[in-house]
Amino acid sequence: MEFSQEIKREFDQIVARYPQGRQKSGLLPILHRVQEEYGWLSTEAMNAVAGYLQLNPIEVYEVASFYTMFHLRPVGKYVLEVCRTGPCCLVGAETLLQYLQRKLNIGIGETTPDGLFTLKTVECLASCGTGPVLQIGPEYLYHEQLTEQKLDQLIDSLRSKS
Amino acid sequence: MATKILLEHVGVEGIRAIDTYLAHGGYRSVGKALKEMSSDQLVEEVKTAGLRGRGGAGFPTGMKWSFLDKKSENPRYLVCNADESEPGTFKDRYLMERIPHLLIEGMITASYALGANTSYIYVRGEMMPVIRLLEKAIAEAYAKGYLGKNILGSGYNLDLYVQPGGGAYICGEETALLESLEGKRGNPRNKPPFPAVSGLYGCPTVINNVETIASVPWIVNNGGAAYASIGIGKSTGTKLISACGNIRQPGVYEIELGLPVEEFLYSDVYCGGIAEGRELKAVVPGGSSVPILPKELILKTAAGEPRLMSYESLAEGGFVSGSMLGSGGFIVFDDRACIVRNLWNFTRFYHHESCGQCSPCREGTGWMAKVLHRIEHGHGKMSDIDLLVDVAKHIEGKTICPLGDAAAWPVGSAIRHFRDEFEAHVKNPDSCLAKHLHGAYAHAASIM
Ligand SMILES: Cc1cc2nc3c(=O)[nH]c(=O)nc-3n(C[C@H](O)[C@H](O)[C@H](O)COP(=O)(O)O)c2cc1C
Ligand code: FES
Repeated sequence: MEFSQEIKREFDQIVARYPQGRQKSGLLPILHRVQEEYGWLSTEAMNAVAGYLQLNPIEVYEVASFYTMFHLRPVGKYVLEVCRTGPCCLVGAETLLQYLQRKLNIGIGETTPDGLFTLKTVECLASCGTGPVLQIGPEYLYHEQLTEQKLDQLIDSLRSKS
Repeated sequence: MATKILLEHVGVEGIRAIDTYLAHGGYRSVGKALKEMSSDQLVEEVKTAGLRGRGGAGFPTGMKWSFLDKKSENPRYLVCNADESEPGTFKDRYLMERIPHLLIEGMITASYALGANTSYIYVRGEMMPVIRLLEKAIAEAYAKGYLGKNILGSGYNLDLYVQPGGGAYICGEETALLESLEGKRGNPRNKPPFPAVSGLYGCPTVINNVETIASVPWIVNNGGAAYASIGIGKSTGTKLISACGNIRQPGVYEIELGLPVEEFLYSDVYCGGIAEGRELKAVVPGGSSVPILPKELILKTAAGEPRLMSYESLAEGGFVSGSMLGSGGFIVFDDRACIVRNLWNFTRFYHHESCGQCSPCREGTGWMAKVLHRIEHGHGKMSDIDLLVDVAKHIEGKTICPLGDAAAWPVGSAIRHFRDEFEAHVKNPDSCLAKHLHGAYAHAASIM
């Protein structure tokens, strides 16, 4: 696959942040940009990134698989990532996560049959004072102090947008 | 009123925009530092201030800066650690979101002190909205001549970039952060060599936390001695505390170090007491990695002295009866919280976040999580409790980076102070205060 000239120009700008010969530093920002564009990171896309950055493909795969934000398989249009770490659990994250599973009728890591939602858990989002919290890629906006009612509204509004 | 060094202007409308920030005295430290002070003078001023790293370890910042190898022919780098992922900690995000220019001002002044001409702010990837804010603020600072070539006509050049992480707690560890910034997996490096000698791209590098850097402008404007006059003993200045859990007023508070814990917990200016009229059970005062303390030991030391919010007082009693100030993530548990479930959760977290390089950490955190899951869900044995202590001991101090210690300390302290709760789980699983949650995301129990 080939990236568009426009995205390549963005890549060029990213790589310009680092000293000569250190273009590998651009790998994470570039993978984020590619995922934003295509929704996930296919092997073809990672190979193309390797080509652009003059890396061995393995250098891209090993990084993409290390960091939890990168999706190595297709995901739903909205990836709901609910914080499941201790402080959020003190204020009801576990119950809410159960509620969301029932509501979407999927388990954690699964995608709804209409391809709209993928449900995931995430570790502490630095929002513990306003938990429970979830975020939705690719903008990664935070939704804080969640309640069942707020979740209903959120899911409804995302459904009606699509 | 307590002195506000970091949050003084956070409530000002429009403070995210550079014009408003400038109207409130913003970027003054840049002019003062670049035009009136040498880099050595700046380092001395920060030493005088007694400022200590706010990322968790509390290492004296001025001393760290003076270790930077200035004789090296290589370029020097300043890297800001904005990876904030320690459970219970949400102060850096708050600061960057509310007043992004304060961090940028600090980065310019600190970069000048270190003789760095390229600096990076490494922000955890999940904070994309913060990254966008910082990039906007940086563009504004370039446009006003605070970044780029010949800043304010001083001849000093600085380029500042934001680097996103990819979702990995370990990248908060400074050498893992450098690996990540170089485009690699976040595997911590062996030390020595320390980053001050060989850091980013093998060049001399200083890594500082967001809050540390954001404290520098005030120190430059008001002098190190003024900063040192705030606080108590070697805990100088103010500290951001992010308070969460079962309290009435969770949030980020700027305190003068030395504030009594009791006042912080119960005063309406701060936490406002325990939520829903419940009783205090325990506190983890410095982020998930530090020892948990029961009610008796968080309000007073074992010697009966009032416990203060300072590096020294919170550590008083060592790991037998004390804890640590750490990152300032203050997690409060009321009398309904299950200590076993929380410990299982934290241990599961460390196992999930272990980079996997060192066997004691990779395997040990997994074993501890499994055993804790078993106890929490009513299948534990009495011998499991000492088994946990034993495994924790075999992790502590035996790994390349301190993630292993961070995973071991909560286990040791929870069992030390709440052994009866662990035993009760084994004897009668129904005694679990959180048993209504036992089905909650049960398959997360397969512990990844
Ligand atoms: C597992 C682990 C995670 C860490 N996470 C962070 C973090 O998110 N932010 C941070 O500033 N420091 C973190 N640290 C501490 C850093 O390694 C380093 O000490 C700190 O950034 C230095 O800055 P300071 O001296 O200004 O505190 C972490 C350390 C470890 C071992
Ligand atoms: S524990 Fe959920 S945001 Fe920190």
